[in-house]
Amino acid sequence: MTLLEVADLRVAFPGPTGDVNAVNGVSLHVEAGRTLAILGESGSGKSVTAQAVMGILDAPPARIGGSVRLHGRELLTLPRKQRDRVSGEEIGMVFQDAMAALNPVFTVGHQIVEVLRVRRGMSRVDARRRAVELVERVRIPAARDRLRDYPHQFSGGMRQRIMIALAIALEPDLLIADEPTTALDVTVQAQVMELLAEIQRDSGMGLILITHDLGVVAEVADDVAVMYAGRIVERGTVEQIFAGPAHPYTEGLLASMPRVDRRDEQLYAIPGAPPNPARLPAGCPFHPRCPRVTDECRVTLPPLAALPADRASACHHHEEVLRATRR
Amino acid sequence: MPPADDVVLRVENLVKHFPVKGRIPFTSGGVVQAVDGVSFELRRGETLGVVGESGCGKSTLARMLVGLEQPTSGAVRFGESVVHEARGRELRALRRRIQIVLQDPYTSLNPRRTIREILLQPFEIHPDVLDRRRRVERIRELLDLVGLDPDLHLDRYPHQFSGGQRQRIGIARALALQPDVIVCDEPVSALDVSVQAQVVNLLERLQDELGVAYVFIAHDLSVVRHISDRVAVMYLGKLVETGPERGLYEAPRHPYTSALLSAVPVPDPAGRSGRQRILLAGDPPSPVDPPSGCRFRTRCWQATETCATTEPPLAAGPHPVACHYPLAA
Repeated sequence: MTLLEVADLRVAFPGPTGDVNAVNGVSLHVEAGRTLAILGESGSGKSVTAQAVMGILDAPPARIGGSVRLHGRELLTLPRKQRDRVSGEEIGMVFQDAMAALNPVFTVGHQIVEVLRVRRGMSRVDARRRAVELVERVRIPAARDRLRDYPHQFSGGMRQRIMIALAIALEPDLLIADEPTTALDVTVQAQVMELLAEIQRDSGMGLILITHDLGVVAEVADDVAVMYAGRIVERGTVEQIFAGPAHPYTEGLLASMPRVDRRDEQLYAIPGAPPNPARLPAGCPFHPRCPRVTDECRVTLPPLAALPADRASACHHHEEVLRATRR
Repeated sequence: MPPADDVVLRVENLVKHFPVKGRIPFTSGGVVQAVDGVSFELRRGETLGVVGESGCGKSTLARMLVGLEQPTSGAVRFGESVVHEARGRELRALRRRIQIVLQDPYTSLNPRRTIREILLQPFEIHPDVLDRRRRVERIRELLDLVGLDPDLHLDRYPHQFSGGQRQRIGIARALALQPDVIVCDEPVSALDVSVQAQVVNLLERLQDELGVAYVFIAHDLSVVRHISDRVAVMYLGKLVETGPERGLYEAPRHPYTSALLSAVPVPDPAGRSGRQRILLAGDPPSPVDPPSGCRFRTRCWQATETCATTEPPLAAGPHPVACHYPLAA
C-alpha cells in the first residue's frame, strides 16, 4: 500500500485583499523507503504543503481541502485529538531552524525523554536509556553527557542532529524534512544529509525533503516534484528531471544554476520574479516568465498531464520542451 | 589618485581581534581572532572571490576593506592612501572609490525613503562629484543600467520591490559615485535561484562596461567559481589558499579547500554514486581559542606533530597554499 497519498490538496489563507491561495491542487505520493524531494522557490507553496500533511497548520484561519491519506487512512477529516496522535507518532518532522523548534528552557535529554514517556508510556529509566541510544544514533559524541545540555550549548549542525533524534524517537513511517540543511555550512550540510540518508536506509521510512537547492535534490532524492505558484508543474524520477526536464521552469532553473564542477560562460536567467500568491496571473502561472509562451498559455491553465515513463508535466508545450532538453 | 600599477587595493597583514567579556564581571574572556593576518592584492577590473564557512571572518574582512571597522593592526592601501589613517578630504575621496553591497536587501535600504532619495544621497554627501541639476538625470541612468525602469520605479519605496529588485537598487547606489572597487558581501545569498542568476549576470555586465573591481565574498562555492578570476579560501581568520579560479577548483592544494569542494552538492544525479566525498568531522573550532600551529589540523586527516607546533605560512607564488603537506597539484 502507498505510504502517503495526497490528492488535490488546497490551502488558502484569508488576506486583507482577498484569499492567498498558497496551494492549488497538489497531488503526490510517497512509498516506503523512498525519498521525494519537493523543489521550489520562496512562495511556491512547498512548505505549506508539508505543513498541511503534518497537520500543523491552524485551520481556521487556513482553509484546507482535498485529501491526505497515510496508510490509506484519511487524515484531514480526523478529529483533532486523533490527528495529533497520528502526526506525532507516525510522521516525524525536521525543520530548518532547530533553535526555534527545540524548547530553550529544557535540556535536550528532558525533551527526548518527555516524548518517550508521554507517547510510549516508558519509565524514566527506560526512556533515559533510549534517549542515549537515539543521540548516539545521530552520531553525537559523549551522548550521555550531552543529554544534560541545553539547545544553545550545541552548534548548528549538532542541534540539527538533536532534532533528527527527536523526529525518529517514535520510529515514524514518514519523515518530513523542511529545508533541513539550509542554515548549515556546506561541510556540515554534507554530514547531516549523509546521516538522514543512512537513517532512512536502515529504517525503511519514507522521506519528504523540502528544498530549494537543486544540488541537494540531485544528491539524495529518488523522485522529484517541482512546485511553482502552489502547483506541481513537473514530476518524475530524479534521473528523468535532471537528464531532460519537461517543463520550461525546471529547464530554466537547471540552466540558471552555477556549478562547482565546471565554469559556464554565461548563466541563463529566468526573467522576472516568482508571482505573489495573492495575485496569480491568468492561464499558466509561469507564462509571464516563460520563453516558450504562446497565446494558449495566457488563457488556459495547463493540467498536470501524464507523460510516458510515469512522469508528468503541466505545460502545453511539454513535448517541445522534452525534445529540446533531452540529452 | 588611483595607483599607477594595476593593483587598486593592497591588503597587508590585516588583523581584527574583538575582546570578549569574561564570566566574572570586569575580567576578560580573551579575544575573538576574527581576522588574523590576511594579505592580498586586488587588481583593476578583476574579481577576487573570498569563500569560507560562517565564522571564518569573511564579513569582518569586508567591513574593514571599506573602513566600517577599525583593524587591530595591518593596513588596507588604496594608491597612496591608507584606508584607516585617512582623515578629512582624503577620507572622503577614499569613500567614493570603495563601495559595498550588503547581503540583505531588506535591511540595507531605508524603508522611509523613496528610491529617488536613496540614490540622491551619495551625491548629497559628495556634492562636488556632480552638479545639482544633472543628478536626477544621472540616477535615472543608474536605474536603467541595473535593469529597472526610472519612469516606473523612481518614486516608489523599498517595500514595493522584490528581493532581486532591491539588490539591484543596492548595486545602483554603490555605482553612483563611480568607484574603483565594490566589496560584495554575500550579495546573492538571500535571493531565489532564478533571481540569483539575474544579479550575477548584472554584476558581470557592469564589470565589463565600467571596469570596476569586485571583492566577492560568499559561502556558495558554485557562485564564486562562476564570477571570480581569482579565489581566496578563508578558515578561522586566515587565508589558507589563494589561486586562479581554474587552478584552485580543478586542483586544490589545501586539504580544507579539497574537502570544501567535495562537500558541495552537484546537480547531476547520474554521477552521485561515483563521487568521492571527504566528510570533515565536527565543526570549525572557536575563534576565541584556535588550535595551535595550523588552525585546520583538528579536522585534517593528514595532520602530524609538525602541524600542531608550527604554523604553515602562506607561501608566495601564483597559487600559494598554507599547508605543510599540500596536495599534489
